[in-house]
Amino acid sequence: MSRQRKATPSARIGMLTYHALMLAISAVFLLPFYWMTISAFKTNAEIFSNPVTWLPDPIRWENMTSLLTREDFPFVQQFVNSVFYAGTVAVLVCLSCSLAAYSFGCLRWRGRNLVFGLTVCALLMPTIVTFLPIYLAWSKIGLTGTYWPLITPFLFGDAFFIFMLRQFFMGVPRELLDAARLDGASEFRIWWQIVMPQLRTPLIIVGLFATVYTWNEFFLPLIYLQDREAFPLSVGLFTFQSQRAVEWSVSMMGAFLTALPMVALFLLTQRLFQRGLSSTGLK
Amino acid sequence: MPITSAPPEAAVLPRRNRKAQRGEARAGVLFALPWIIGMTLFVAIPLVVTFYIAQTKFQIIGAPKWVGMQNYEALWSDPAFWKSAQNTLIFAAISVPVKLIIALGLALLLNRATALSGFYRTVFYLPFLMPAVAGSVVFMLLLTPNAGPVNIALEAMGLNPPDWLLDPKAALWTLILLSLWPLGVETLVFLGGLQNIPKDVSEAADLDSPKRWHKLVWITLPLITPMVLFNLVIGIIYSFQVFTQAIVIGGTTGTPAEATLMYMVVLYRAAFRYFNMGLAAAMATVLFVVVLILTLLIFKTARSWVHYEGGET
Repeated sequence: MSRQRKATPSARIGMLTYHALMLAISAVFLLPFYWMTISAFKTNAEIFSNPVTWLPDPIRWENMTSLLTREDFPFVQQFVNSVFYAGTVAVLVCLSCSLAAYSFGCLRWRGRNLVFGLTVCALLMPTIVTFLPIYLAWSKIGLTGTYWPLITPFLFGDAFFIFMLRQFFMGVPRELLDAARLDGASEFRIWWQIVMPQLRTPLIIVGLFATVYTWNEFFLPLIYLQDREAFPLSVGLFTFQSQRAVEWSVSMMGAFLTALPMVALFLLTQRLFQRGLSSTGLK
Repeated sequence: MPITSAPPEAAVLPRRNRKAQRGEARAGVLFALPWIIGMTLFVAIPLVVTFYIAQTKFQIIGAPKWVGMQNYEALWSDPAFWKSAQNTLIFAAISVPVKLIIALGLALLLNRATALSGFYRTVFYLPFLMPAVAGSVVFMLLLTPNAGPVNIALEAMGLNPPDWLLDPKAALWTLILLSLWPLGVETLVFLGGLQNIPKDVSEAADLDSPKRWHKLVWITLPLITPMVLFNLVIGIIYSFQVFTQAIVIGGTTGTPAEATLMYMVVLYRAAFRYFNMGLAAAMATVLFVVVLILTLLIFKTARSWVHYEGGET
C-alpha cells in the first residue's frame, strides 16, 4: 500500500506531517528527561533562570561530586543497596518462576488449571490487601529493617513473572521433552539442562523486567526499612527531597543518577525488552 | 481464551505411558510446589488475616483485641477516608480511560514501518523506566509556579497558567495529567495487538471500504478488544492503589488542602504513623471489595464486547 503511494506528492506531504506530529509528541515525552538532565548540571539559581536556558553553562560537574559526598544523602551506599536488591530479585525470579512456569507450561497434572487460575487471581490481587499481615509477621520475627522481607517472597515465585514465563515454556515442543524422558532423564534434569538453556533469551527478558520493577519499587522498601544507610535509591531520593525540597540541583542530580542505570540498561537491551512485551500473553 | 488455555492434552497414549504419566503428574506438583506455598503464605493467608485484623483493635504492640465492626464505623465517620476515596475515584475514573485512549492513539500512529519507528517506540516507552519518585520530583520542578519552565513558557505565550500542584483546585488534575506520562506499556500492548491482525483481514477491509475510520471502528477496534480488557483491568487495579506520586507530591497530608490525598496514602498513614492496624486493614478490605466488584463487572460485560479470535472463549 505504501509502495504504491510513495511517489505521489500528496503521500510525501502526508509522510512529512506524520513525522512532524510524531516528533512533536516525542519532544513532549522527552522533555522531563531533558529537563532533569540539564538541571542536574546547573546551580539552583540557573535552574530557575528567566528566560529559561536550554543548556547548562558552565556544566556543573561539581554537583555530581557534591552529591556523592553528602552525609544526608548517602548516594553511593544506596546505589549499592539498589543494585543488590534488584539483582537478587532478578536472579531469584528467573529461578523460582521458571520452576512454576515449567510445571504450568510443560507438565500435565490434575489441578494444574485450577492452580494456574489461582495464579491469575494472585496477579490481580492488589498489594494493599495483603501487605499488612505480612508486615506484622516480619515485624514479629524482628526482621523489619533488613532486606529479608523484600527478597524472601521471590524465593517462591511471583504471579506476574510466572504468567509471563509460562507463555515461553508453552512454546517448548512436547516431542523434545518426551524424547528426553525416553532417554531416562529426570524432570529436574530436563528442566535444568534442556528447557532452561533453550529459553535463555526469555529468561534474560524476565530478569531485565524484574530488575526494572525492583529498582523502581518504592512502597515496600519504604515500610520495611528505617535507616538512610539501608534505603534503596527510590526511598533515598524521596527522603532527601521531602527534607531538603529547596536544593533542586542535588535532587535533580539524584533523580538523574537514579534513572540513568535503567535507561541505559533498556537502551542496551531494547530489542529483548520489546520481544518480552509483545509476548506477555495477549495474543 | 489465552489466560486459561492449556497446552493441548495429548490424544490417547499407549499403555506403557501410564507410569510415565504418573511420574509427570508428580513432577508437575513438585515443580509448582514452591509457588503454591508462596501463594498460600503471601497471598491467601494474608488476605484472610486482613479481614480478621479489620475487626480488631491492634497497634502492633500487644495482642489484637476483637472489636467487631468498630473500625468500619470509624471509617464511615472519618472525613479523610471519604476525601481520599473521592480523590482516588476521580483519579482512576479519568486517568485510566484517558490513558487508554492516548495509548491507543499512539499505537495506531506507531503501527506503520518507517525509518524512525524504532526511535518513536523507544521514546514512548522510556517514561515507564523512570522511577516514579524521580519522575514526580522532576514534574514538581517543571511545574513550579512562577519560576518553573512550563509556567515561564506559558506566560511568555500570554497565558495565565495555574499554580498546578500548589493550587488546591488544580492539584488533583495535575496529578492525573502526570499519570498520563508513563503509558509505554499500554501503548506497546496495543501495538502488539495491532500487529497481530492478520494481513488478509486488514487488506480485505481496505478493499471493502475506502473510509479509514470505518476500518478502525469495525475491524481494528474489535480485534484488539482483548488488549483493551487487559489494560483496563490492570489500569484500574493500579490506579486505585496510586501511592508513590501522591506521597512525593502531597506528603502524608495530601497538600495542598488534601487535594492530592489518596486512599493508599491514608491507609499508609493509619498503619505507619498512627499504628492503627485495625483501621488500615478495614480500609484494605473496603478497597478489596470495591476492586473485586469492579473487576467482576468488567469481566462479566467483557463477554459482550471482547472479541476473541476463533470465536470461542
